Amino acid sequence: MRVLHNLLLALILVTVSHWTAYGAEINTLLKTLKSVGPQAAGNRQAAPAWTELIKADAGQLPAILAGLDDANPLAANWIRTAVDTVAERRFRRDGTLPAAELERFVLDTSHAPRARRLAYEWLCHVDRSAPERLLPGMLDDPSLEMRRDAVARRIDEAARLVQARETDQAVPLYQEALTAARDADQVALLADRLRELGREVNLPRHFGFVLRWNVIGPFDNTDGRGFAAVYPPERGIDLQASYDGKHGKVQWLEHIAKDEYATVDFNRALQHEKAVVGYATSEFVSRRRQEVDLRVTSLNAVKVWLNGQLVARHEVYHAGSQMDQYTNHVIMQPGRNTILVKVCQNAITPEWADPWGFQLRVCDTNGTAVLSADRNP
Amino acid sequence: MRTLLTPVRKRLTPGPSPRKRGQRRLHSPRRSAGRLAVAAAIVFAAGADWTHFRGNDTNSVSQQRNLPVALERHDYVAWKTPLPGRGPSSPIVVAGRVVVTCSSGPREDRLHVLCIDAQSGKLHWQRQLWATGHTVAHPFGAVGAPTPASDGQRVFAFFSSNDLACFDLQGNLKWFRGLAYDDPSVRNDVGMASSPLVLGATLIVQLDTPADSFVAGLDVATGETRWRLPRDKGAIWASPTVLRGKGPEEDLVLLQSRTRLTAHDPQTGRQLWDYEASCHTIASATTCDGVAYLPANGLHALRYDPQRRATELLWHEPRLRSTNASPVVHDGRAYVIKSPAILACGDATDGRILWQLRLEGPTWASPVLADGHLYFVSHKGLVQVVRLGERDAEVVGTLQIDPGVLATPAVADGAVYFRTDQNLWKLAKD
Repeated sequence: MRVLHNLLLALILVTVSHWTAYGAEINTLLKTLKSVGPQAAGNRQAAPAWTELIKADAGQLPAILAGLDDANPLAANWIRTAVDTVAERRFRRDGTLPAAELERFVLDTSHAPRARRLAYEWLCHVDRSAPERLLPGMLDDPSLEMRRDAVARRIDEAARLVQARETDQAVPLYQEALTAARDADQVALLADRLRELGREVNLPRHFGFVLRWNVIGPFDNTDGRGFAAVYPPERGIDLQASYDGKHGKVQWLEHIAKDEYATVDFNRALQHEKAVVGYATSEFVSRRRQEVDLRVTSLNAVKVWLNGQLVARHEVYHAGSQMDQYTNHVIMQPGRNTILVKVCQNAITPEWADPWGFQLRVCDTNGTAVLSADRNP
Repeated sequence: MRTLLTPVRKRLTPGPSPRKRGQRRLHSPRRSAGRLAVAAAIVFAAGADWTHFRGNDTNSVSQQRNLPVALERHDYVAWKTPLPGRGPSSPIVVAGRVVVTCSSGPREDRLHVLCIDAQSGKLHWQRQLWATGHTVAHPFGAVGAPTPASDGQRVFAFFSSNDLACFDLQGNLKWFRGLAYDDPSVRNDVGMASSPLVLGATLIVQLDTPADSFVAGLDVATGETRWRLPRDKGAIWASPTVLRGKGPEEDLVLLQSRTRLTAHDPQTGRQLWDYEASCHTIASATTCDGVAYLPANGLHALRYDPQRRATELLWHEPRLRSTNASPVVHDGRAYVIKSPAILACGDATDGRILWQLRLEGPTWASPVLADGHLYFVSHKGLVQVVRLGERDAEVVGTLQIDPGVLATPAVADGAVYFRTDQNLWKLAKD
């Protein structure tokens, strides 16, 4: 009996020391993976490190997942494929994964949103009840994918209530879902549902679209030269000034974007024309210094300045777009910040090349609206 | 939600389970023996593989025989395997494994690479990546648009986000490049679709966009850039094409732009010749017996004369005008899918039109040719097998698969593979 006891003890000690050593090794391997950079930098070292890392036991998954917390986007792919390889091997072998540890990881919002989502998806392989248990508390989750699933569940709940003719109970669920929703398709769906139930929805406010602008133009963009040309609005904003435009004097005009996605349509605001440049400017009042996204959408060539500094430059005409086409991380200073947008229209004449305009919104990195302090409504 | 995929099987010959394969690979002390077996399999299977968009020679022609033809008379569906995402990318077949890519997610930023056993349709391995580049694309397409490529030992999975990953045949990540992460100004918000090409030790990727553009040759082993050439602005969805020389060292890569076709040494990128034409932006050039056939307001047949250092236009036939499908040239005949879905056959020596046959469209996928038949699938998912004759042709087999097909079929190991937004299909006699 004593011999058996000693053998067992020895086995435990060997195992513990092995895992402690391997834990340290995992950190070293992760460090190598996290060293990859642009232009294939670090790929030569990363490949053998990855091959070692995937030998880890599934019990080490939380440690590997945590490697995603401070990984650059390139390194994140090395690490996520290692996570998948380790998890897939164990799951295929015996259908198990360390569910409790994975769930703890999912619920710890200090970890990177994508790492938590990855942990969640593997957790769901071995725990079918996980969505039902976890998603209801994730309406405001930092992970956009967790949040999306939570919103989708709330939409389904509300729809069932509507079907049961309990619309008074459905409305607050829809409103709760709308407050949480960040994806444009879900927001649009919720706006439709609430309006069908007689409720008002302010989409521009939800998204943080800038509505109030001053616009000026047209300036010349013959042969696309206007994109590089520096017209007076780029040298300083003076709303009282007038300048030489493409066909004569032009001056600033007040303009309020009226559609739900706050499109500034220069064809309407100025005049319908080709081979032209238009500018729009707006002031954004920030209560504090803060990092935000300026998200711009345009089918035209576009430049954006914040407080005189160029933050976006895309010389592309009519090549497709969707909401949040260009995301620019910027810093808003406390007080008034000046946004200037330059939009160039080219000379081609098919109907699909008609649009000349843009949308711009201010939000955080998750797409939550950041509103100007003087916004009304 | 990630799932481990299960094929819908028909008339399967059971093979060893992926689990057992995985265990042997990961834990067996006899790994080198396994490697030898894989190497042997590669050698034996190489001739039967389909390693690129439009096949090993990027010409849409397979030497395979005994393929299924009368599709409505027999059940030739060996299996179909569900896919976790959408994509116009075509499958490739390497050493008995079918590799296919797709993309998913509300932001289309989840990139999938699947390796499926060709015999059973079961999943060998699946890897997911997160896009590091732009994922804005026309809803008609998807980020999983370019077809992967293989050199027989590695798989190169490329995406519209300009993410490029290299795996070995066991699914081990060998290198990863975020080409738009390196250079964010290279983007096309309609989506990118040009498929990579492996020639020797170089992987060629062509990124022609409305914004900044370039073509690069990357080291297949490390992903490092061996050469890079700037390109004119202008979106192109066509893919690099190989023009075979007398030996592999004489192979050239052909690159289409909106205004010219250029030929390059694949190992250095050095441009050897160019030909000005208003090239098709989607349909890719093809080659046969040293002649390049370029879709450009009809079909141009070109030959480069190294003695004169000049390109010779053999013929130009405006009526052989491709829709989006790439032309196929084989055995003295040039085949083009014209609008709306007319298969036109021309004499490859002079461009003279010999016959035409109306097919069921609409058409996006390129047809492939094998054993005297052309395999064509419409966007609505109607597979049409055309028997090719000297003076005419006829549709001798049809099969309705899933709608929404953009992917060109693959032919390998006595089977034809079709990829839809929902499934990967295998059609075979045995």
